[in-house]
Amino acid sequence: MSTYTIHGATGEWEVVIGLEVHAQVTSKAKLFSGAATAFGAEPNTQVSLVDAAMPGMLPVPNRECIRQAVRTGMAIDAQINAWSRFDRKNYFYADLPQGYQISQLYHPLVGEGHLDIVLDEKDPENTTKRIGVERIHVEQDAGKLMHDQHPTMSYVDLNRSGVALMEIVSKPDMRSPAEAGAYVRKLRTILRYVGSCDGNMEEGSMRADVNVSVRRPGEEFGTRTETKNVNSVRFVMATIEYEANRQVELIEDGGKVVQETRLFDPDTGTTRSMRSKEDAHDYRYFPDPDLLPLELDDAFLAACRDSLPELPDAKRLRYENELGVPPYNAAVLTAEVETARWFEKLLTTAAEQQGKAQADVAKQASNWLMSELFGALNKLGKDLSDSPVTPEKGGELLALIGDGTISGSIAKQVLEIMLETGDGAGEIVEREGLKQESDTGAIEAAVDTVLADNPDKVEAYRGGKDRLFGFFVGQTMKAMQGKANPQVVNDILKQKLG
Amino acid sequence: MTEHTEMGVAQIRDGVANGDFTAVEVAEAFNAAVAAASDLNAFIVTTPDSALDAARNVDARRAKGQDIGKMGGVPIGMKDLFATDGTPTTAASHILEGFVPPYESTVSAKLWDAGAGMLGKLNLDQFAMGSSNETSAFGNVVNPWRAKGSDAPLAPGGSSGGSSAAVAARLCPAATGTDTGGSIRQPAAFTGITGIKPTYGRCSRWGVVAFASSLDQPGPMARDTRDCAIMLEAMAGFDPKDSTSLDAPVPEWEAGLNPDLSGKRVGIPREYRMDGMDADVAKSWDDGIAWLKDAGATIVDISLPHTKYALPAYYIIAPAEASSNLARYDGVRYGLRDLPDGAGLQDMYAATRAAGFGKEVKRRIMIGTYVLSAGFYDAYYTQAQKVRQLIADDFAKAWESCDVILAPTCPSAAFPLGDKVSDPLSMYLNDVFAVPASLAGLPAMSVPAGLNRDGLPLGLQIIGKGFDEQGVLNAGLAIEQRAGFTAKPDTWWKA
Repeated sequence: MSTYTIHGATGEWEVVIGLEVHAQVTSKAKLFSGAATAFGAEPNTQVSLVDAAMPGMLPVPNRECIRQAVRTGMAIDAQINAWSRFDRKNYFYADLPQGYQISQLYHPLVGEGHLDIVLDEKDPENTTKRIGVERIHVEQDAGKLMHDQHPTMSYVDLNRSGVALMEIVSKPDMRSPAEAGAYVRKLRTILRYVGSCDGNMEEGSMRADVNVSVRRPGEEFGTRTETKNVNSVRFVMATIEYEANRQVELIEDGGKVVQETRLFDPDTGTTRSMRSKEDAHDYRYFPDPDLLPLELDDAFLAACRDSLPELPDAKRLRYENELGVPPYNAAVLTAEVETARWFEKLLTTAAEQQGKAQADVAKQASNWLMSELFGALNKLGKDLSDSPVTPEKGGELLALIGDGTISGSIAKQVLEIMLETGDGAGEIVEREGLKQESDTGAIEAAVDTVLADNPDKVEAYRGGKDRLFGFFVGQTMKAMQGKANPQVVNDILKQKLG
Repeated sequence: MTEHTEMGVAQIRDGVANGDFTAVEVAEAFNAAVAAASDLNAFIVTTPDSALDAARNVDARRAKGQDIGKMGGVPIGMKDLFATDGTPTTAASHILEGFVPPYESTVSAKLWDAGAGMLGKLNLDQFAMGSSNETSAFGNVVNPWRAKGSDAPLAPGGSSGGSSAAVAARLCPAATGTDTGGSIRQPAAFTGITGIKPTYGRCSRWGVVAFASSLDQPGPMARDTRDCAIMLEAMAGFDPKDSTSLDAPVPEWEAGLNPDLSGKRVGIPREYRMDGMDADVAKSWDDGIAWLKDAGATIVDISLPHTKYALPAYYIIAPAEASSNLARYDGVRYGLRDLPDGAGLQDMYAATRAAGFGKEVKRRIMIGTYVLSAGFYDAYYTQAQKVRQLIADDFAKAWESCDVILAPTCPSAAFPLGDKVSDPLSMYLNDVFAVPASLAGLPAMSVPAGLNRDGLPLGLQIIGKGFDEQGVLNAGLAIEQRAGFTAKPDTWWKA
């Protein structure tokens, strides 16, 4: 991992980054009310009396949201606090009906944890860096203001009001935009594995507050700025890049970084000041008197733990160590839980149909998936989620290659037909007559013809030009219209060429 | 036969059930009494049709031989802090002008289910903040009682002053109240009626306009202990919509009433006997001690050492919670909106809240905002929470040597309207005996003990262990039977 620094006029600067990621909890109902949470509903159609903060309304915690946050904490090896409490964060805004957000300042649900990032998937050393997570707490989302509906008024949509968020606060452990990007991607991967957040940054299900400061290597932390609500990995990285350079320039010009809240402008790739520390709200946090402390018993915690799936790091190691999948393949196949699921179904079918152990077919399956199917889908502008080839059909194709029914090159043709028609591999091979010829007699005849037609090359080969062996294979396969079993062709050629 | 309006909850319920009279007759009698008492200003809204509809329903059920419910045929007054579906709910504040809830509070819904009907929404101190009813945006309620030889209007107590005045003046046999720091007990004492604040969490707060969430507790106000027991049974019960609601069955308090206190120990807290205590109040306390002894109880001297810190702690915690609870009244979604020409969002907040909230409410929002502010939080709020715990510990220790505690409800009888309104501290001091039980979440009731030298009612307070409303009610009943309180105010307000 190379060290990232800003080359200032006066020397090198190190960048220190911490991220607060807000992840919307996957749940049918809001954190403290029964209202629905679907994305894209008509304004103010998913609002209960509680969400609108009508007089006398009271919050009741939704256990499912708590469960998801606990499972997320467990997935990053974090301390789970069996006793936690909700606090009110008080401020006035039209998208905040209660006049306070119910959050957790003093006693969060989840304490310290960590996750490991890999910066370069092609690095044979597979070097990881551990990024600390300070805490995860649950809190309510606010509503949304719409300023473009009326010439002089703003409208308020409360559909999001009260939706459960997890705020995942990292330690200031990242030192480059790339590390921050890797952290957000890894976090998203884990959230999706756990199923606690869909990680959909375009729909706002996941967004980050980016804390950036700069310092001379080895010195104390500098003053940080916080850029709010950055909603893609690319923008997170761009924010850091811009902020770090801005801060270095500022300091080198004799200025001082002020602690402030900033906004990222995706159109220009720059950040601008939103409010300084002096104008910062005094949120007057205090324990929410409408809610009792949240106490989780052992049975609840055990059920949370038991419901965790195999997590990406463990899966990746298993692929490598138990299934013999090459490291790079294992990294790619485990990066998204849907990909891993697809691969595992593919593997199951391929192994079953050949009566082999999964470990015996895993490497080949991973290679086929990554080099053949991904490439083909990419050309069609599709991905696994809308692939016309199901993992079961892919497994059937792999089995046909494995038992010698078709060759690798024929398999490419079959895959193309599968992508077009959605038909099964066996059906296509049968219909198109693509079955591989393993009959020694026919192949021998073809080899004899090829050798007889090319006496000069036979001579040259025997004289030491080993590379000509490929030529004979190619000619034989051509004569057999590609259907000859390559292994048999090789054997016969070797034998005849002596 | 007794006039209908002279009857209490039990008498009406039993009379309707027996067919001695109809629920409609009762409702009509109380509707008429309410209509004739506008000088008391006890009601913000009257709902005579609602009372009649409920009565007709009860009569119809009885005719069909169906159960008429615990409160069958009893028309009541509803403190205007409880949201009532389709009927304006104001909390006695301009800021809720025009607000008609599309929902019914859990407590009021339970009362209607039990066969009660609604005579109207009762006046109160604005957002239940006050001890004299003078902070209402709808004008103060007048206490039906007057001092001997005087026409000077007196405070009915607060914040449930509409409730206390209406019950004392026989405008309704019972009313709901809410008690945050004495708002049921003090007005009950000021008007010669009975009121109980149950254990915190016994009655749901869902649909009750919030003042201070960790203290607010609904309870009944009625003419005697039995009526309070009946009504509390109808109001209480676990509510999954209120996270602080007690998940415990509701005891049959009425059936469990027993004034024999043999084997019971009554604690007398020495810290409540303050220097310069009103002589009549001190005497009524001594009377109470004698009555409970007579009922078979043993009297024990107890100490509640942190009592003097209760009031300051209360006036930090309650305003802190209120400052946050009242943030929702912002002019955006319901109630008053003051939008000056060219105003932005901040201007709208400022104008709306300046115009909508009364002086006392603003005072408490400012106190609460201050004590929660960065730099002051630990010195005030955190410290007050520690005091609150110490006060709860005081009571826990006291229960090692006694079963209930007897004390005066208030330091004085009803004071004249206008007397304390310009001196908030002296007003706050009125709650000095009521606040400790609130901070500890304990059940506490006020029962009439007699009249002072001016002919005004005095109340005695019984504080019980958490969940032991029965012990409190039984001690109250023992006092009631011996006090023989039958005095009534003159009906000067009738035209």
